[in-house]
Amino acid sequence: MTEPMTGTAAPRDNTAPAGDPPGRLPGASRENAVLRQVRDHGVYVAIGVLLLFNLLFTPNFATVGNLRLQLVQVVPVAIVALGMALVVATEGIDLSVGSVMAITAAIIPLYLGYGPWVAVGVGIAAGVVVGAFNGTMVAVFGIQPIIATLGVLVAGRALALVLADGRLVEIFDPSLQSLGNGTLGGVPVTVLIVAALAAVVGVAVRWSIFGRRLVAVGGNRTAARLAGLPVRRTLLVVYVASGALAALAGVVNTARLGASDPSFVGLLIELSAITAVVVGGTPLSGGRIRVVGTLLGALLMQLIAATVIQHDLPDSVARMIQAAIIVVAVYVQRDRGGA
Amino acid sequence: MTTLSTAGRGRRQVTPEALAAFARRAGAPLVLVLVLVVGTAAFGGSFAGPQNLRNVALDSSYLVLIAIGMTFVIVSGGIDLSVGSVFALSGVLTAYAAQWGSAAAIALPLAVCGVIGLLNGLLIGRARIAPFIVTLATLLFARGLAFAASQEGNKVYLIPHDLVLTDVGQARLLGLSTPVFVAAVAFAVGLVVLNRTRFGQAVYAIGGSPESAELMGLPVARVRVVVYVLSALLAAVAGILVAAQTSSGLPTIGEGRELEAIAAVVIGGTLLSGGIGTLTGTLAGALLLKVIQNLINQVGTLSSYYQQVVSGVFLLLVVLIQTGLSRRSAEGEA
Amino acid sequence: MNGSDGGPTLEVAGVTKHFDGVQALDGVSLQLRAGRVHALVGENGAGKSTLVKIMTGVHRPDDGEVRSRGAPVDFGAPRDAQAAGISTIYQELNLVGTMSVARNLFLGREPLTRARLIDPTAMNREARVVLSRYGVDVDVRRPLAGFSTGVQQMVAVARAVSTEAQVVIMDEPTSSLEPREVDRLAEVIELLRADGVAVLYVTHKLDEVFRLCQDVTVLRDGRRVFGSQVADTDRLGLVATMLGRRVEDVRAHGVTSFGDADTPAPADHDRDLVPVLRADDLSRRGVLDGVSVAVHRGEVVGLAGLLGSGRTETARAMFGADPLDGGTVAVDGEPQGRRWSPGRAIARGVGLVSEDRKAEGIVPDLSVRDNIVLAALPRLARAGFVSRSRCDAVVDTFVRRLRIKISGPDQRVRELSGGNQQKVLLARMLCLSPRVLLLDEPTRGIDVGAKAEIQALIDELAGNGLGVVLISSELEELVEGATRVFVLRDGAVVGSLAGDAISEHRIMTTIAAAAREDGEDGDGAAPPAVADPEVAG
Repeated sequence: MTEPMTGTAAPRDNTAPAGDPPGRLPGASRENAVLRQVRDHGVYVAIGVLLLFNLLFTPNFATVGNLRLQLVQVVPVAIVALGMALVVATEGIDLSVGSVMAITAAIIPLYLGYGPWVAVGVGIAAGVVVGAFNGTMVAVFGIQPIIATLGVLVAGRALALVLADGRLVEIFDPSLQSLGNGTLGGVPVTVLIVAALAAVVGVAVRWSIFGRRLVAVGGNRTAARLAGLPVRRTLLVVYVASGALAALAGVVNTARLGASDPSFVGLLIELSAITAVVVGGTPLSGGRIRVVGTLLGALLMQLIAATVIQHDLPDSVARMIQAAIIVVAVYVQRDRGGA
Repeated sequence: MTTLSTAGRGRRQVTPEALAAFARRAGAPLVLVLVLVVGTAAFGGSFAGPQNLRNVALDSSYLVLIAIGMTFVIVSGGIDLSVGSVFALSGVLTAYAAQWGSAAAIALPLAVCGVIGLLNGLLIGRARIAPFIVTLATLLFARGLAFAASQEGNKVYLIPHDLVLTDVGQARLLGLSTPVFVAAVAFAVGLVVLNRTRFGQAVYAIGGSPESAELMGLPVARVRVVVYVLSALLAAVAGILVAAQTSSGLPTIGEGRELEAIAAVVIGGTLLSGGIGTLTGTLAGALLLKVIQNLINQVGTLSSYYQQVVSGVFLLLVVLIQTGLSRRSAEGEA
Repeated sequence: MNGSDGGPTLEVAGVTKHFDGVQALDGVSLQLRAGRVHALVGENGAGKSTLVKIMTGVHRPDDGEVRSRGAPVDFGAPRDAQAAGISTIYQELNLVGTMSVARNLFLGREPLTRARLIDPTAMNREARVVLSRYGVDVDVRRPLAGFSTGVQQMVAVARAVSTEAQVVIMDEPTSSLEPREVDRLAEVIELLRADGVAVLYVTHKLDEVFRLCQDVTVLRDGRRVFGSQVADTDRLGLVATMLGRRVEDVRAHGVTSFGDADTPAPADHDRDLVPVLRADDLSRRGVLDGVSVAVHRGEVVGLAGLLGSGRTETARAMFGADPLDGGTVAVDGEPQGRRWSPGRAIARGVGLVSEDRKAEGIVPDLSVRDNIVLAALPRLARAGFVSRSRCDAVVDTFVRRLRIKISGPDQRVRELSGGNQQKVLLARMLCLSPRVLLLDEPTRGIDVGAKAEIQALIDELAGNGLGVVLISSELEELVEGATRVFVLRDGAVVGSLAGDAISEHRIMTTIAAAAREDGEDGDGAAPPAVADPEVAG
């Protein structure tokens, strides 16, 4: 009878969860649940608190005019944040969004001669091209997203300045005017755009194949690949989407201002977008995405800025508050191994 | 006892793995030499003459200081986005505290920035939050602090002329300014610390394999804290020096310095994933960036925007090559 | 250097530990005494590694105590255990691959010059000396990752032993060692014993238990089910205890749940059929060297070999997961071109369940449902939108069929036990109705019950016509489950066994014989240190 139990190579005894930091007790289920609630819904609470504060202490806060103003101002960040959320869900990041906005802003005046919609089209196409570039770097060449998009951030802004010769250009076009400042049924057009985009993204993420692939690629890229998912294609799409949305934000911005200002448009917007995404409950480690949360995160940042301005608090304070909020938001996320 | 000789067994010592290592170690210095030669050939004295070279050296010294700290951080597997803001904050605080003398002008920024570095370190090392996000937050916070300290950028503190700080800060030896010497000393010290101390080995280990480092008994959390404090302090020193040089503290400087430092480190052959990198490479990378910027200036007709375009493209190229080589070598080893 | 009063140098008492609702250890007690080697034995998932991690400060017990020389201790981190004189060689070889051999050996205790700086010359020199005592002669300045797993393991051993510890814990230390290296290790352990060191030897290879150890403790499903001196124990009894079965049953039916103990011979008609999946001359620089493997419908083909022999790489290449420098893969006789990929493989009816379910298998934050249907999304969708009802139907079918224990299809898959996670991954491939499945260590790290279920399932599937390529480091699984076994070594096929010729002894001899043919061993060594039990009785 052959002798059993003398195997050669030894199997592992994998009873502990991976990534379990040595020396730390894994959270009991109860603690997980509480933290999960805070992470998922903390942004609602924060917004609620700020709204309450402003209703009580800020004069003229609850007027239609002011509320409309807040919503309109949040539009560019919200659009960029939607794209950023898609990228972050794949465990990536897109630092180039501000520069894409600048490129688009620089392109519009150049093509305005062919008609406003052509100019807009070319602007968005530029965003798509940059996004495709980013996506190729990340998906095909395997470069880390932070570095790839960092390079584009630097080169892109400069490119925009070269295109516009560094100058601010004023734009007088009725179509763009109505796009940027018009209303439809009392609601600003730009806000409607955001709402529509959010609906599309939300539906896609939850119910489409692409959405399932997105969270799988972000949750465990290797597993996704071995399950036959088109990982490269998914990543490419995500970065293209981010580029296109950033370009759209550039269009909206230009339309609203009535001017193209490549030196300042989109400056540091990547920080605001990332903050909105993180605060809204989408973890940097990928694998999950919260569309509504992202919008609310953007709104929260806007409210903070507005509160600060209305109460004559200095801009520096706004930054410090924003910083503190980011830290709290990620601190709460960290239990899940937030990247 | 029979002997296991594995000299020929398993991996050969040629091709992708060795090539990648060589490119990492020698790439930046080689390209630097190449660029210097080309620059001299193209522009002669206006580039290679002592005046211009001194300027390049001075310009580079701030970047070198910051990049030294960034090297430690990245080798340990992290990243520090806050150095640009810390740099600016330090400059403002230096100028502000100068009213109380040179000692205060140096002590205050070091103390405050040290605390900020400590904050980074604790949140990253102990609370284990992602370095990217933590230092992003610190970036905002430090910048905000810099503006708050300078009354929203409306007040630019000027350093009085008769201080030791400005005397030493603006001094020259052999035509080279003080910051150059400070950077050189920092480089030498950093070299020793990273390569010849247990702390330095721990930094490499934590970046190479954090779980293993922990299991091998290294004080992982503590090393991480120290590394971020170091980064902040070096940025602070750079800020003190620039304030001394310009006799003023502007809260708006430093925008993009962190990206520049990261670029210098990456171009110098350090892997963003951690565990591999050298200070010599970083030095070469930093000098390379500044020399290229200088060369573009020499051309004169190109707008300065092209500097940035070139820098960005250059960074991407380097990373592409590095990634390509290391991927090929990793597959070979698998 | 004995325990001061003859009491145990290190002891755990009544230790209990949970992870996310899974009970890993339940009231386990064990004592390590100076100068004695204590074997810790058990199946995968029994709790051995968890116990080691508690003793070494990686985890804290939920209940119970750890005592060092009689006094209760609370290790918060591995440093604390090391400070208490406990040195560990982990199974996962926790070393830093990017750093040199010498640096790894001395990390944290590098030799210093008078100026309190590291002395690299001294360090390299001492490293060479230390390693030569282990029969390892390599360039200690090169990165560790460039060396074979065997060398890396010896470096880990050398490091653990050189710390003048009083307790040395070895977790499956021979998983990638050659017989000579195992002999070397045995000599080292003797030296440790003579020095009064207490050794904990975690293994599931009973030969080593009887050769090297004085005490033995058996764990099963997190509990201590047996503890005694080795001299008072017999092999078969030990096996039966580990499995929780009666000795007679084990003797009669074998150790696994694969059909009968008699290995089924490959059916004759298989010879004429075209293999459902076939690999010809697969090559990849440094990894695969002309590997050819074929599997027919209804056949279970085993891939045997040491760690690093290329089994996983072969399976991955057959699935299209890795690029090839040369060779072809053919499905049902049709060669698939250079663009072979997991997506195409799945479309052609080939499935793969990877060996590392955590890193390459489950998407931890997604639900059980999402994980199961992951590979089948295109088939369950209409116009780009996933049909929830179709998904639910599929999930329901397989949860029942594989008896996956979940609280509901929405449960996050990271909360499941290892065995249930493995079943989810199997379901993911099975719901595609594949014609051939590549299974890489499908029963690794899971509890005894789930293991038996999966083994029986593989049997059933093969019986229904599925072709199976089975990679397992537990030879009894190959012996009892496979109709043909290919033996791999250093990326090449060095032997092939079929039917009754498949035995553990023959597999091990094939591996060892290939080593000698390579001419590595120049001392005319005697036959490998594995006795043929059939001869020895």
